[in-house]
Amino acid sequence: MGILEVKNVGKRFGGLQALGDVNLSIAENSVHAIIGPNGAGKSTLLNCLVGKLIPDTGSVMFDGQSVLGRKPYEINQMGISRVFQTPEIFADLSVMENMMIPCFAKRDGAFQMNALSSIPSQRDMIERAEHMLEDMNMADKREMHAGSLSRGDKRRLEIGMCLSQEPRLLLLDEPTAGMARADTNNTIDLLRQISEERDITIAIIEHDMHVVFSLAERITVLAQGTPLVEDTPDNIKGNPKVREAYLGETQDAA
Amino acid sequence: MGLTKKDFTLLIIVAILCVFAPFILNPFPEGSAMAQFNAGYPDLMQRLVIFGIFAIGFNILFGLTGYLSFGHAAFLGVGSYAAIWMMKLLTMNVIPAIVISVLVAGLFSLLVGWISLRRSGIYFSILTLAFAQMSYALAYSVLTPITGGETGLQPKYTDPRILDGALEPGQTPRANLFGLDMKQSFELTMGDWVFTFNAGYYVAAVIMLVAFYLSIRIFRSPFGMMLRAVKSNQQRLNYTGLNSKPYTLAAFVISGMYAGLAGGLLVAMDTQVGAERMFWTASGEVVLMTILGGAGTLIGPVLGAGFIKYFENIVSKINKSILEQWFAFMPDGIEDLLITLVYPFIGKGWHLTLGILFMLVVIFLPGGLVEGGQRVGRLFKRKKPADDKPDGKTTPAE
Repeated sequence: MGILEVKNVGKRFGGLQALGDVNLSIAENSVHAIIGPNGAGKSTLLNCLVGKLIPDTGSVMFDGQSVLGRKPYEINQMGISRVFQTPEIFADLSVMENMMIPCFAKRDGAFQMNALSSIPSQRDMIERAEHMLEDMNMADKREMHAGSLSRGDKRRLEIGMCLSQEPRLLLLDEPTAGMARADTNNTIDLLRQISEERDITIAIIEHDMHVVFSLAERITVLAQGTPLVEDTPDNIKGNPKVREAYLGETQDAA
Repeated sequence: MGLTKKDFTLLIIVAILCVFAPFILNPFPEGSAMAQFNAGYPDLMQRLVIFGIFAIGFNILFGLTGYLSFGHAAFLGVGSYAAIWMMKLLTMNVIPAIVISVLVAGLFSLLVGWISLRRSGIYFSILTLAFAQMSYALAYSVLTPITGGETGLQPKYTDPRILDGALEPGQTPRANLFGLDMKQSFELTMGDWVFTFNAGYYVAAVIMLVAFYLSIRIFRSPFGMMLRAVKSNQQRLNYTGLNSKPYTLAAFVISGMYAGLAGGLLVAMDTQVGAERMFWTASGEVVLMTILGGAGTLIGPVLGAGFIKYFENIVSKINKSILEQWFAFMPDGIEDLLITLVYPFIGKGWHLTLGILFMLVVIFLPGGLVEGGQRVGRLFKRKKPADDKPDGKTTPAE
């Protein structure tokens, strides 16, 4: 049993069958990549996992509990954190505040009416956020406006925010999209370090083959809403079906 | 008090301004040409602090969460009606009236907020506006037995007033705080100056200080941080395991209670209420106050409320004969021309003046009066080091 079990999930938008019959099992503490051409249903699948969409058929079980019908914040409280394609951070707040919010969410739950306590009195929360900023090499930027960070730093901050909640499953949606090569490599190193040092499962949707083959232990290839094949990176590289569907090399051309 | 040094200093400054307001607002001697710019009379001073409370509360919703309510006057009105009924049924003491106005406005805002917060952005604003206009219509006609309709409500000597006992026929019930009449004033004459110290003003000012203190605490709390997070990125908030709905609803109810408090105090100072204080222009006015002063800042709404209420009272008081007095020293032709030019902007035309001031502030100071103050402050800070240099000798760059 994997930590995340997706069974027979289907999703239809009007006349478009976005997801056919998806079965997917993600093993605990692994790094699992989901790849596929544009329109293969990667994002739809991800949205079904985090509560943004509800699939028409099938089941999604996280750690033995169904996530279907739950709100995004409830699913997050179960232990699934999501990193977005464009970094979603609190741009109007300071870096430190950005990091403190998930710490409070982890400790106090979805809502806490602590309107009369002061932030400086929350020593444990401050320490936790500072610790995480150090882990992300961002301690020197703590008073900065998060909106004025560079793209790479925004991504680091977002990943740090997700990690400070100590999630069991970290979902990343094309984490290096639109990044320069140097930033991409930094992100790969960061993710590798996270997966080695922490008790965490990472599922990653990615377009960039360089990222996928540097990180993933298992790869699922999605094509036209259904999983084509699931295997180790080495086997995927050599699989002719994958080359045809994803890498765009048809038999004729080869 | 759980405040940082900077916030504590701000609170102390506001407290000092409130205590000495009768002096500060009356800088011109009685009977002088400038005396119409004096604002140190009880009615206006009370309004300054009461609308300050209204704007402080509105800022907790709009300044922190970014949800723009266009119906907050409804909560002010509901608070006023609740307060006047306390005065009719229970006692002319203002304490029960104020307490009940906060509670009733809180309950009403819970209902309105629960429904309106299903939507955000412009749809939320429209929903609150619809609620406020419905409340106005109800108060104005349908609920006349409760609200007095067009004539409004006033305490009468015939009211039951269980705690106070019966009044003699013809006697006017007076709002009081354990016997201290809200209208009671003490006048201090110093040379040509007359300063008025009014009991009602000081009661309202103390309550405003408490309200301001609470708002600082809310701004600096984890709860306040979550509200700013709602404004900044609701999607990230939801994917961080936080449910934005109860946060926005709590902010809505808190600001509704502030509005109710302001409504209750208005009744405590001037024991009458009419439906017009729930009209949508009154809701718009608090939006103007908050933006004019600086939304999302602590002191901004208070400044904005003071600014608008001051100009409303002062500019609308100026009439043609005062203008003639001002421009009397000029040649006749120019005097008439100036009077013709200025006349539309005074008296009943004060809204024109307000509109122009509002445009100027929004265009040149998007952060409101607070930003203006910060710019002036920075100007002085930049100048200071230059002044400190010994005998002004600066080494020229080569």
